[in-house]
Amino acid sequence: MPVWVLAALALVLLMALPLGWLGYMSVSSEAGVTLAHYRGVFTDPHLQKALWNTVVLAFWVGLVSLGIGAPMAWLTARTDLPGKRLIRGLIMASFVTPPFLGAFAWVMLAGPNAGLLNKLYRALTGAQEPLVNVFTMPGLIFVVAIYTFPYVFIMIANTLELIASDLEEAASILGAGRVRVALTVTLPMVLPAILSGFILAVLQALALFGSPAILALPAGFHTITTQIWALFQYPPKVEMAAAFSVPLLLATALLLLVQKQLLGRRGYAAVGGKGGARRRIPLGLWRLPALAGCLGVMACSIFLPYGILAKAAFARAWAEPLGVENVTLGNFALTFGHSGTRSAIWNTLELGILTACVGAGLAALLAYIVNRRIIPGHQFLAFLALAPVVIPGVVLAVALFVAYTRPPLLLYGSLWILFVAYLTKEMPVGYSQSDATFKGISPELEEAARVLGAGRLRVLGEITAPLARSGIIATWCFVFIGVIRELSASIILFTPNTKVISVVIFDLKEEGQFGAIAVLGLFMLVMTFAAVGVMQTLLGRDFMGAKE
Amino acid sequence: MTTRSTLLGVLAVTGALTAAAASSAQDGRVEAARKEGKVVWYTSLALSSSEKVAKLFEAAYPGVSVEVHRTGSQRVLQRVMQELQANLKLVDVIHTSDAGHFVLLKEKKLLLRYTPAGVDAFPSGFKDRDGYYYGLRATVNVIAYNSKIIAASEAPRTWKDLLDPKWKGRLVTAHPGYSGVIATHVLALVHLYGWDYFRQLAQNKLMLVQSAVDPSGVVASGERPVAVNGGDYTFYQTKKKGNPVEIVYPKEGVPLVVSPAAIAALAPHPNAAKLFTDFTFSREVQQVLADTEGLYTGHPDVTYPADKPKLGDLKLLFADPEELEKRNEELKKRFVEFFGA
Repeated sequence: MPVWVLAALALVLLMALPLGWLGYMSVSSEAGVTLAHYRGVFTDPHLQKALWNTVVLAFWVGLVSLGIGAPMAWLTARTDLPGKRLIRGLIMASFVTPPFLGAFAWVMLAGPNAGLLNKLYRALTGAQEPLVNVFTMPGLIFVVAIYTFPYVFIMIANTLELIASDLEEAASILGAGRVRVALTVTLPMVLPAILSGFILAVLQALALFGSPAILALPAGFHTITTQIWALFQYPPKVEMAAAFSVPLLLATALLLLVQKQLLGRRGYAAVGGKGGARRRIPLGLWRLPALAGCLGVMACSIFLPYGILAKAAFARAWAEPLGVENVTLGNFALTFGHSGTRSAIWNTLELGILTACVGAGLAALLAYIVNRRIIPGHQFLAFLALAPVVIPGVVLAVALFVAYTRPPLLLYGSLWILFVAYLTKEMPVGYSQSDATFKGISPELEEAARVLGAGRLRVLGEITAPLARSGIIATWCFVFIGVIRELSASIILFTPNTKVISVVIFDLKEEGQFGAIAVLGLFMLVMTFAAVGVMQTLLGRDFMGAKE
Repeated sequence: MTTRSTLLGVLAVTGALTAAAASSAQDGRVEAARKEGKVVWYTSLALSSSEKVAKLFEAAYPGVSVEVHRTGSQRVLQRVMQELQANLKLVDVIHTSDAGHFVLLKEKKLLLRYTPAGVDAFPSGFKDRDGYYYGLRATVNVIAYNSKIIAASEAPRTWKDLLDPKWKGRLVTAHPGYSGVIATHVLALVHLYGWDYFRQLAQNKLMLVQSAVDPSGVVASGERPVAVNGGDYTFYQTKKKGNPVEIVYPKEGVPLVVSPAAIAALAPHPNAAKLFTDFTFSREVQQVLADTEGLYTGHPDVTYPADKPKLGDLKLLFADPEELEKRNEELKKRFVEFFGA
């Protein structure tokens, strides 16, 4: 069956070629195999510092995300908190907000001198020192965490939804207080979810490029990702970049392995079905303070950043009040009048749509192969489809650059190399979504059709695909959203004809064109939320996993 | 206001060039350029300024469009080399503020030898002796401060003033790893005071931005009230827009940055590239650069706004392109060593 085999081969090629080249480059030199690049990476004090900064950043982002995400998950899943739907909606919004856009907005909010919050604080208190300084490690951790905590939230909220209240009730009947129940009964049951949420958040922080580039570089420090990108500047040290990518790759793989172990040993009989009633815990007097806390978090990740972006889009001088003389449409004119922007918008749309179509199709095929066990070695395919999770965008870009700037496949310079990067990067998300879809479709109808003489492909096209339609379209939207916000791989792989919106935003950032960035950022958000809207309608629920 | 002056500029330039285009030789060139359809310009000139030049050209030569790709000088070079390595022929005209780049590009035989019309009268500092590249514009590095936050009597007057610990946490610098203007600046000051100057400057915990255009925005917003470098034209433009920005030309001398332009040897649109290069070196466009952008030029007939000092009245510090090329790595490396990133 050639179609199945082709899909499988495409996947193998997609993964093996760049990673093979990456490994090869990291040990290659004119004199043959060498470990000199690795020695260079681990002995250079600057690179060591970047490594350490990344460790600090990732660890604290994990903790802070947990500190925000876990209580909010508990509040929305298990208590009578008012406005739950609103809170979930807002968390989803922060989930899809490009982190670099948030970082950029926070420069305007919490720059130590011109930042809006610091200006207000000084005006109110007469203080000299700023209230908060976003150009510091704590500032970076905060800004990354407010867009990363949704990962923790989703993990924990979905687990909490599955735990019945029986055990908790039994404990309280036996005389345990509310705190004791929470600590000795609920907590152990969600512990795997908490830990794996933590790991997911750490992974996000490890792979991030935009936020450190915007917040860490002005403060004079690097992370691994910004350092890899810097190694690409002229004269490029591709071998060093490759060698520096490998530790990041290994760290990611290791963390994922740990997470899999944690989720794998689900010895918690209580989790795993929807049986049993879930009792809402009354918050009593704490209802409103809890709501205020949640809204406070959302103010940091949504209200304030979106507000300041909107202001900057219409302002001549972003740091000044939006008085009559400061209002302008000039930012829109500069942004959309620039030929580079227009072609970047088209490129982004083209790539978004193309990658989403091919990605959703390929993911559906693969998930189908795996679920129906069509070819031998199908488990291996599932593994390969999920494997790109371990490859941070910058590392993937280095690998693709090395692989596709030489024959047989000269892709650099065309949109295809970006397409390949996006397709690879989005495959895990697409595959998981499709996998869930096909798991929900029982094979009886297909079997009936096959008995009546239809071939596999015909069955897939006429029976399974229509049943899986809304799931596949949701996959499409997932991939689309991921693609249009992608920065970390694009920043290395673009050429002038193949710029995408995120790259243009980054260019504008380096020139300090706040107004134009705000305009493009808002444009990007509109595209994102349009896709979210389509997806929610089709799924009939919010995509974070909860039923209406 | 800005739109109107642009419009006037377009009219003036269009008029002048329509007259010039009368000769038949010119017709042939324009026809050839039109067949190519566009010219691809990698430039480090501030985005709004490069867009203006592009619009002027498109108005003068309908049918030939300009693709502006604006980024920092060092990024322009990175792109040119990275694309070359992958055998891509994309760029027509290269323009950066790091004269060392053109020494390198010439050496690697990546430039087309082409002398734009009318550059004979330019001063020698604007001309490559082998005829491969010419200075399209010039600027000087200056100190600038936010006059709403800092009184004129308090403001730093010299490069050395910036070393005073009272400026700790209040300064911003652009990056020689991104900007050619800044790379030139760093080399000139290293000649003046040695690396020790930057070692001491770094003690004041500077904010690091990338482009030499960015300090003007940072100072205008008040995020850091003093810029320790940056092209004077960006501060001039920011000030003209009504921002509280004042420019200081330190008496020890100001590093002069001449930004060359050249045509790529492998230019995919060579005729359009030549037409565009001639256009940008014409008196009319050079005058626009001086009038509305606040730049200096090599053109002897260009006049400057009354509120800008004459280049001849300033003490200039020069950086040798050959040396800039040779020490490029060192400049970036030491800067990162002192400032952290």
